[in-house]
Amino acid sequence: MEFFAISMLNGLSYGLLLFLLSSGLTLIFSMMGVLNFAHASFYMLGAYFAYQLTGYLGFWPALVIAPLAVGVLGALTERWGLRTVHKYGHVAELLFTFGLFYLIEEVVHLIWGRAPVDYRVPAVLDFSAFTIFSTSYPAYRVFMMAVSVGMLLSLYLLLTRTRIGLIIQASLSHPHMVEALGHNVPRVFMLVFGGGCALAGLAGVIGGNAFVTEPGMAAAVGTIVFVVVVFGGMGSLAGAFIASLFFGAVQTFSVALDYSLLNLLDVFGVSVERTSGWYDVLSLSIAQMAPVLPYLLMVLMLVVRPTGLMGTRET
Amino acid sequence: MRDLTAKVEVPSLETASLPRTRFALGRQLALWSVVAAVLLVLPLLFEQSFALSMLSQMGIAVIFALSYNMLLGQTGMLSFGHAVYFGLGSFVCAHVLNAIGAGALGLPVTLLPLVGGLAGLGFGIVFGYVTTKRSGTPFAMISLGIAEMVAASALMFPAFFGGEGGIVTDRVVGDPVLGVSFGPQIEVYYLIAGWCLLCMIAMYALTQTPLGRMANAVRDNPERVRFIGYDPTRVRYRMFCLASFFAGIAGGLATINYEIVTAETLGLMASGNVLFMAFVGGIGHFFGPVIGAVLVSYLQSALSTYTQAWLLYFGLFFVIMILFAPGGIASLFAVHAAPLRHGLLSRLIPGYLLCGAMLAVMLLGFIALVEMLYHFEQGAALGREFNLFGFHVDVTLLKPWLVAGAVFAVGLAAFLFTLPVVKRAWAAVHVELQARDA
Amino acid sequence: MSTILELRQVYKRFGRTEIINGVDLAVGRNERHAVIGPNGAGKSTLFNLISGRFPITSGQILLDGQDISNTTPNAINRRGLSRSFQITNIFPKLSVFENVRCALLWSMGYRYSFWHRVGSLGQVQAHAQDIVERIGLARRRDRMAGVLSYAEQRALEIGVTIAGGAEVILLDEPTAGMSHSETAEAVDLIRSVSQGKTLIMVEHDMGVVFGLADRISVLVYGKVLATGTPAEIRANPAVQEAYLGAMAE
Repeated sequence: MEFFAISMLNGLSYGLLLFLLSSGLTLIFSMMGVLNFAHASFYMLGAYFAYQLTGYLGFWPALVIAPLAVGVLGALTERWGLRTVHKYGHVAELLFTFGLFYLIEEVVHLIWGRAPVDYRVPAVLDFSAFTIFSTSYPAYRVFMMAVSVGMLLSLYLLLTRTRIGLIIQASLSHPHMVEALGHNVPRVFMLVFGGGCALAGLAGVIGGNAFVTEPGMAAAVGTIVFVVVVFGGMGSLAGAFIASLFFGAVQTFSVALDYSLLNLLDVFGVSVERTSGWYDVLSLSIAQMAPVLPYLLMVLMLVVRPTGLMGTRET
Repeated sequence: MRDLTAKVEVPSLETASLPRTRFALGRQLALWSVVAAVLLVLPLLFEQSFALSMLSQMGIAVIFALSYNMLLGQTGMLSFGHAVYFGLGSFVCAHVLNAIGAGALGLPVTLLPLVGGLAGLGFGIVFGYVTTKRSGTPFAMISLGIAEMVAASALMFPAFFGGEGGIVTDRVVGDPVLGVSFGPQIEVYYLIAGWCLLCMIAMYALTQTPLGRMANAVRDNPERVRFIGYDPTRVRYRMFCLASFFAGIAGGLATINYEIVTAETLGLMASGNVLFMAFVGGIGHFFGPVIGAVLVSYLQSALSTYTQAWLLYFGLFFVIMILFAPGGIASLFAVHAAPLRHGLLSRLIPGYLLCGAMLAVMLLGFIALVEMLYHFEQGAALGREFNLFGFHVDVTLLKPWLVAGAVFAVGLAAFLFTLPVVKRAWAAVHVELQARDA
Repeated sequence: MSTILELRQVYKRFGRTEIINGVDLAVGRNERHAVIGPNGAGKSTLFNLISGRFPITSGQILLDGQDISNTTPNAINRRGLSRSFQITNIFPKLSVFENVRCALLWSMGYRYSFWHRVGSLGQVQAHAQDIVERIGLARRRDRMAGVLSYAEQRALEIGVTIAGGAEVILLDEPTAGMSHSETAEAVDLIRSVSQGKTLIMVEHDMGVVFGLADRISVLVYGKVLATGTPAEIRANPAVQEAYLGAMAE
C-alpha cells in the first residue's frame, strides 16, 4: 500500500511533466502539421539554461527567464528555419527538426560538456512535504506538480477565454479561413511554436533537477513523449493528457515490479524447466522489461487502433 | 472554397527536371560494366590497409543507403528505424557464422549475406505489418518506436545480442574454397564489391517494375492510387519488406567485415546515420544515396580523427542542406546538366569561384571559433593551447578569439555581398535556356 | 437497355446532416448520364459514395448486379468503375506517360509484380502511348505532370481515369474552370473516350450537359427530382422551378 501510494504520486508528477511536453508538441502538430522532433531538445535547453541562470541569479528568476529564453529560441527556429523548409513539405520539416535534435545535442556538448551538470533542487524546497506511512515525500515533487497544474490551467484559460486563444483554436481547424479574416497566421504559428517550446523549457527547468541534467536527456525523454502522442492519438490534446498520465504511471510502477510470466504460470500450476528455451523469455520480470514496455504498449495500441486512443487524423 | 483553376503545385524535394527513366538496356549494361570495372580497380589504386577497410565500409554503406532510399525517396516513407533490419540481419549472420565455424552448419561464407537478407526480410514482414499501416508522420514515429523497442530489448536478451560486448565471430571457417579463405581484407573487399554490384543492379531493376513505379505513385499521391485499383498500404508494405531484405544483406556483409556485432548497429544513431547518407546524397535520384554513402563514410572516418566537433559539423551540414539544397548533392549536379549541355556552364563559374572563396573564409573563422570553444570548455582533457591551421593558439587569451571572430564576420558579410553575383548569373542562364528551348 | 449501375435508397449522413437523402438511380449500359443540380445538392458526395471514397449510411449500390456498397475504392475500381476528380488529382512528380501507365498496370494484370520490367511490356507501353495520344498530350509525354497547364492537367486527369479500361466512368466536373475553346476540346475528348462505355458525369456547364448526355438526372437536396432525356428535363416544370429557380439566385 505504501509502495502503491508513493509510486502513484511519483507517476502523477512524472505524468504531468510529460504532459507539459506532449501538450506543446500536440498543439504544434495539430496546428502546423509538423511533428517537432527537437521538442525534447528544448526541454533539455530549459534545464541547462536554468542550471546556468541559477548560478548567476538563483532558482526563482531562472524559473521564469529560462522558459522564456527557450520560447524565444523556438520562435526564432520557426521563423528562420521551419518557414523556409515549409514549401518542401512535411517530410522536409520533420527532417529539419530531426537535424536540429542532433545539432542541439552537439551544441550542449560543446558548451557544457558530456558529463551531467550539477543542477540541484533549490535549498528552500529541499525538505520533506509529508509522510505517508513511513516514507517521507519530497516537497520538490509537490512543487513540480503545482507548477505543472498551474501552467496547464493557465494554458486552458488562454485557449478558451482569450482572443488569441480563440484564433489559435480556429487556426487548428480552418487555417485558410482564419487567414482570410485578416489574422496573421504565420505569426500565430510562430507564437504557438515558441509557446510550445517554452512549455518544454519549463518542463526542463523543473524536471532537470528532479532527475538529471545531461546531454542524453533529450533522447531519453523525447522518445517517450513521441510514444505518448502516438498512443494518445496524434493531434488530440485529451489523448495526450490521458496517455501522459498513463505512461507516467507505467514508467514508475514497471521499474519496481519484480513479477514475470513465470510467476503467472506458477499461479496456474505450470512450471517451466530452467533448461527450456523459453525460460529466458518467461523469466523476464516486468522491471527488466520496463525499458521496452512503452514501445510494446504503443505497438499493441496501433494494432488495435491505428489512429491511437483518441486520434482521428489519418496522416 | 478552393480555387478550381489552380494547378496542382509540385511539392518537390527536387528540381522540376525529371530524371530520365527510359534507359535503353544496352546503355544500362554499359553503365553497370563501368561500375564493375571501378569496383575491380579501386583497391589497386589505394593500396594502404586503411584505404581497403574504408572501401569495404563504403560498399556496405552504399547497399544500406540505397535500401533506405527505397523507403524515403521512392515510396515517401521517412523511417527512423531502418538500422533495425541491418542490425538484426547482422546478428543472425554472426550466429550462423559461428554455427558454421563450429561445424554445425555447412554454408559457404560467400552466401552468408543472403542469410542476413532473409533475416532482414523476416523481421521486415513482422514489424513492417504494424509500421506501414500508417503513412506520413505517424509512420515516422512508429518506425522510431519500433527501433527503440528493439534497441531496448537488446539488453534483455544477452544470449542473442551478446550484451554490452556484442557477438564476436570469425569469418575464416573451414578450408579455403578456390584459394579464398576470407582471411585477408582484400578478399573481403571483393566479396563486398560483388554483393554491392548485385544489390545495386537489383535495386535499380526494382525501380523499373510495376511495384517500383507504383511506389512512386504512392509517394506522390496515395489517395489517387486507391482509385486506379491499388491499395497504397500494400504497396508500402511490400516496399518496406524488400528494403529490409537489402538492409539485411548489408548487415550480413558488416558481420563478415568487422567480425563483431554490437547493439549499437541497430540503434537510433545508426538509423539516423543512414538517413543522413541518403539525404545528403540526394533522395530524388537513384544514385544520390551512393554519393552520400561514399562521402559520409569518408568524412566520418577522416573528420573524427581530426576533431571532436565532427558531429557538430555534420549536424550543421545536414540542417543547411535541408534549408538550401533539399535535393541533396545529386540535385546540385542535376541542375547543372542543362547549362552544361548548352555550353553555358562557363558563365556560372566566375560567380561560384568568388562566392566559394568568401565561403571558405567564413568557414575558416567558424571552424576556428568552434575548435577554440571546445578547447576552452574541455581544457582539462584537450589542453588550452593547441595548433590550429598552423597557428599556435592559446584559448585563454582574448586575441585569438577576436581574430577568429573577425575572420568569420568578414567572411559572412563578403559571402552575403557576393551572393547576388551567382544569382544574377543563374538568372541570365535561365533566360538563355528558355530562349533555346522555345 | 440493361442496367449497369443501380442505386437503391442510398442515404448519407455526416453527423446529423443528411447530404444524400434516399437516392434511387439506374444507369443503363453504354449510356451517357449527366447529374446536374444546384450547389450543395450532393453531386460530388454521390460520386464519393459510388466510388467508395466514403461509406454509405444505408441503402445499396449495385454495379453490374453485384453489391459494391461499402467496399474499398480499389476493389470497386477493379470491378470496372473508375472516376475523375473535381480538383485535379494526378501524380505531380511523374511524367505524363508514367501517370497513364501506372493507371493501367492493375487492369493488365501486373498488380504488385516486382519481376516484370515495365519498359519491356509491349502491350502496356503501346496501350499507354495510345491513351497519351488520345488525350492530346503526345508532345508532353515526358513532361512532369505537375508543370503542365491547367487544361492539360485536366486532360491527364481524364487519361488516368480511363486508362484502366473501366466500363463505367465517372467524371466530376471535367470542364470546370476552362475557357470556351478548352471546353470544346474537352467535350470532344469526353465524347471519344466514352465511346462504347457508360459515362456518368457531374457538370455545371449546361451546354456540355445537353450536348453530351443521353439522359439527365436532377439532384436537389440529396434527392433525385427527375430523370429523363434532355428534352424531357427541359420540359419538366418541377425541374424548371426547383433547379433553374435556384440557379437564378
